Amino acid sequence: MKNSLPKLIGKRCLAAATSLVFVVVTVFAVTNILPGDATDALLGQNATPQTVAALRHGMGLDQPIFFRFWSWLWAAVHGEFGHSLLNGLSVADAIGPRLHNSLLLAGAAALIAVPASLFLGITSAIWKDTFYDRIVSIMTLGVVSVPEFVIATIAVYVFSVRLHLLPAIVDVGSVHSLGQFLYAFFMPVTTLALVSLAQMVRMTRAAMADTLSASYIEMALLKGIGPVRLILVHALPNALGPIVNAVALSLSSLLGGVVVIEVVFTYPGIAGLMVDAVSSRDVPMVQACALVFCVTYLILTTFADIVTILSLPRGRKA
Amino acid sequence: MIGIFGKLRSKHDRAVLLLVFWLLLALIGPLCSSYNPGAISSQPVFSGPSTAHLLGTDYLGRDTLSRLLDGIRHTVLLCFASTLLSCSIGTFMGIAAVTSKSWVEVLAGRVADGFLAIPSLLFALLVIAVFGTSTVALIMTMGVIYMSGAYRTSRALSQSVAQRDFVTMARARGEQMTYIIVQEILPNIAGPMMADIGLRFIYSVLLLSNLSFLGIGVQPPSVDLGSMVRENMLGVVYGSPAMIVPVIVIAVLTVGINVTLDSHGRKD
Amino acid sequence: MTATIQVENLDIVGRRGKGVELPIVQNVSFSVQRGDMLALIGESGSGKTTIALSLLGHIRKGCRIAGGSVRVAGYDITTLTPHECRSMRGRVVSYVAQNAGSAFNPALSIMPQVVEAASVHRILPKRDLEARAIDLFRALALPDPETIGKRYPSELSGGQLQRLMAAMALITDPEVVVFDEPTTALDVTTQIEVLAAFKAVLAERGITGVYVTHDLAVVAQIADHAVVLKDGAIREAGTVSDILFQPEDPYSQALLAAAEPSVRPTQGVEEGEALLEVRDLVVGYGRPTAMGLPENVIVNHTSFSVPKGGMLGIIGESGCGKSTLARAISGLQPWASGDIFFNGVSLAGDVTLRTPEQRRHLQFVAQNADSVLNPTKPIGKTLERVVRFYGNARGEAVTRRVYELLDMVQLSPALATRLPSELSGGQKQRVNFARALAAGPKVVLCDEITAALDTVVAAAIRTLMTDLQRDLGLAFIFITHDLHALQSICDRVAVLYAGQAVEVGSAEALGAGIHHPYTRLLRASVPLMDSSWLERTRERGLAKALPVATCDPASTPPELCCFLARCPDRVSGLCDKEPPPTLFVPQGPRVLCHLPTSTRPEFST
Repeated sequence: MKNSLPKLIGKRCLAAATSLVFVVVTVFAVTNILPGDATDALLGQNATPQTVAALRHGMGLDQPIFFRFWSWLWAAVHGEFGHSLLNGLSVADAIGPRLHNSLLLAGAAALIAVPASLFLGITSAIWKDTFYDRIVSIMTLGVVSVPEFVIATIAVYVFSVRLHLLPAIVDVGSVHSLGQFLYAFFMPVTTLALVSLAQMVRMTRAAMADTLSASYIEMALLKGIGPVRLILVHALPNALGPIVNAVALSLSSLLGGVVVIEVVFTYPGIAGLMVDAVSSRDVPMVQACALVFCVTYLILTTFADIVTILSLPRGRKA
Repeated sequence: MIGIFGKLRSKHDRAVLLLVFWLLLALIGPLCSSYNPGAISSQPVFSGPSTAHLLGTDYLGRDTLSRLLDGIRHTVLLCFASTLLSCSIGTFMGIAAVTSKSWVEVLAGRVADGFLAIPSLLFALLVIAVFGTSTVALIMTMGVIYMSGAYRTSRALSQSVAQRDFVTMARARGEQMTYIIVQEILPNIAGPMMADIGLRFIYSVLLLSNLSFLGIGVQPPSVDLGSMVRENMLGVVYGSPAMIVPVIVIAVLTVGINVTLDSHGRKD
Repeated sequence: MTATIQVENLDIVGRRGKGVELPIVQNVSFSVQRGDMLALIGESGSGKTTIALSLLGHIRKGCRIAGGSVRVAGYDITTLTPHECRSMRGRVVSYVAQNAGSAFNPALSIMPQVVEAASVHRILPKRDLEARAIDLFRALALPDPETIGKRYPSELSGGQLQRLMAAMALITDPEVVVFDEPTTALDVTTQIEVLAAFKAVLAERGITGVYVTHDLAVVAQIADHAVVLKDGAIREAGTVSDILFQPEDPYSQALLAAAEPSVRPTQGVEEGEALLEVRDLVVGYGRPTAMGLPENVIVNHTSFSVPKGGMLGIIGESGCGKSTLARAISGLQPWASGDIFFNGVSLAGDVTLRTPEQRRHLQFVAQNADSVLNPTKPIGKTLERVVRFYGNARGEAVTRRVYELLDMVQLSPALATRLPSELSGGQKQRVNFARALAAGPKVVLCDEITAALDTVVAAAIRTLMTDLQRDLGLAFIFITHDLHALQSICDRVAVLYAGQAVEVGSAEALGAGIHHPYTRLLRASVPLMDSSWLERTRERGLAKALPVATCDPASTPPELCCFLARCPDRVSGLCDKEPPPTLFVPQGPRVLCHLPTSTRPEFST
């Protein structure tokens, strides 16, 4: 075979490495593209050329861009992202615990969203054009069509303001037992799961429906194969690759959701930190957060792609 | 141009009509409002609907309807501008990638792939952190983000058209590249491209609303639908129209266009 | 005795999207006695597949049975519950689909798919089933019957998959088997093997069946009775010999006339000066190797020529390089070595480097009429553009010329304002011709232009070609896989195998005289409208080609004979050592083969 498995995976990893380079360069380039630089932000309008020059030298800004990129990258690889322009604290120290919180939130949401969307997507493809399918389609179309904050706000309005059932603000510090965890995390996690689920359901449904229209499915029907065997033996093995791919692509909607959910529920995560940093134009902090986010995303999509490659049926490797 | 748009299928027709409706509302709406959207009237804050203020007042006691019309204008025009930017450049690049030398396609494809590796909201945050939240910066940011998507769509569409035999025939006849693009390729991708523009418009509305809601989109004293929700968040307690109505308008805007595009666009 | 299959007054209606329900099958009745094979004959859109599927109780989405009854082996199909229907399918009635390539699940190996129906219906324990499957593989003459079940569909050829699908249908020992155009997608030299395998197994087991096809010659081999369908209704029913030899219905007569092989008498085309000459052409893909040839050679040192006003047929099976050859001649595919001369002048490999005059005089009519016309342009505009582009006319004259062109291809001028989607397949192919004629060509290159058309329509297009040849003095290159079509219009023929022109000669003489072994195989493989053809051909061993496996074609050096691996007449020590010489048969074709006539008398047919 021309394309052996290790070769395919190697190819995918190479593509991921290319993307990583692109991401790193973009993050650095965007934050260094301005005619002015951090010194303007630090010293304001009244800075004299002398003070600016002194500061620039102190920050290494008078060195060639390639050299600066290299030292920035070198430091970043060692977990050293510099200091916040706002309060001078180490960026890495600020990000550390919050990254943990964000991963917890996103992980919990994914644990709900992925199985639920697989179930909804596959079943609505199987019962295509039935009442059930229509309901699922309308609901998911509705959810993908409104911004994430709308759903989060409605949830807060209904469960916190009207029903006083759940807290509108997540206090991570007060969580000591499973009960407290559920109480604090229920709303943000389910909301995040909901907003990321819709996209996944739609893509899973499309992938499954595509497989179900193949002529070997009709052939299996004509052999008298029952519906359960038809789905499990004939459809799913072929739909698996596209479905995993669909889930991977939907991860970006999960990440987008994290940002909004963290802000709405004042959740102490990295996304909330990043939004604050953007508001105050704290560039080193934004840089670091963006890098962490993108690398996480890249790892997840690459992982999903490798699963896709592994799940390709043997007869289908091209 | 009529040749290109004359043969739109009904699904795209309806989506285009809807888009035109919103554009008109954005342009004409603010002229019809009876209050200056920034002016604080004597009414109490978060008041309910009345004859003087059809949709009540907001957290500062300003007329909600006037602000809403102003907000629609900002949201629609900003997003439309960024969609035009992303789709015109993206479409051009997509067609160029198909019709020009292969290295152009490889390079453009790599860059577009790279953009896929960065979630759109994150890229927006990064750029805004550096360039700030001016109108031009917002339009450019959203334009750049959705350009790679428009590029991919138009490249895929023109690729499939360019492989059809009528294009081969035109090339074999010795037609100029401009004739092939304008007469043979464009009319055949116009319909699906319209649908793509509609989708990208929705994406930008969603992104801009999210950004403004997070406080890093449209800045006061200007107002758009997302920032209107943000500034009136307190009104949620009173069920104030100032907070609820913009949410509904966003939903009607995006769901409406999405439904027209989705109704027949399903894979069967 | 009641018939095994009894269909009475069957009506099936269907709708496309949200449109109104239209009849697909109208008032169809037929019956099949035990052990008989009934042929459902019809062209595209005749409802033959819909009827075939209804025998298994399967109605495609958007369609429904509106009336009538279907009884198969004692089951009343229209009243079965879904569960009863499932238990009947595969066990009592089984199905062989047209395209085995897509009807096998690519994720599973062959064996579990073949025995699946029998194991879900609990007919035999698994071990016995596999033994039975291997017996069937052997009966269907499949290579390596013991191990073929472990392979995956993508690793097998179309002809093998088609036979494996027959095994899949027969594994449950069903009472009825429905064949839906099982050999249509195959090359003729493969089809004959599959047909022979089918016929042997069917006769041995006394299977009752329905055989859906459009090919009357295949009907003659396989079926006892036949039904002719048009637009969902029965036009004529009877025994196969009645329908094939004394058809009463005008439509059956037309079908038969179109299928009747006719050899056009060569109109004394003198071997004059060549208008278009292809000399030693090599076309391929990939980087050049050390020998200066491309990595994948598609067209391999091919030479032939077309005289002015001549009609050259190029025949070959799928993958023989005929489309690549057409693209090279049209200047859409650069070639590695060799020359193409037009009017004695060497043509450039890239169409943009040819002179406008050369482009105008050499026109290409492509295979797929659907994709050759811009779907957003009315056909009048398409023609207008070509007329204007070559500067043949201006102003009022352009419109006049467009009408003239439509008239030339026997279309009404009123069609000029229509979009391609509003035309039928045959009309589109005529417009396609008009587009080529608009340039004012000297040679028209036609690539499989009738392959996608129904037989009657295709015959009309071929008649149009001969008319144009006569009236305008055009020369044609007619590329096809259909020997009958070629012989009905061409005066010269080039036989292409694996990219080589193994034989070039007169089309009329194809039937007699001395020919290349591949030409003989090809000729013998085309079914004749004679129910004893299959047996006779098999007995005479004419269509017998050695299995490919006996000589690995991949290991054959490219300079040796390309047909070596399958040649029944090869001489070891000669054919597998020396490249074949070009042999000029006196008063006959030019053949690329070692065998001199003197030593091999059976070389002639």
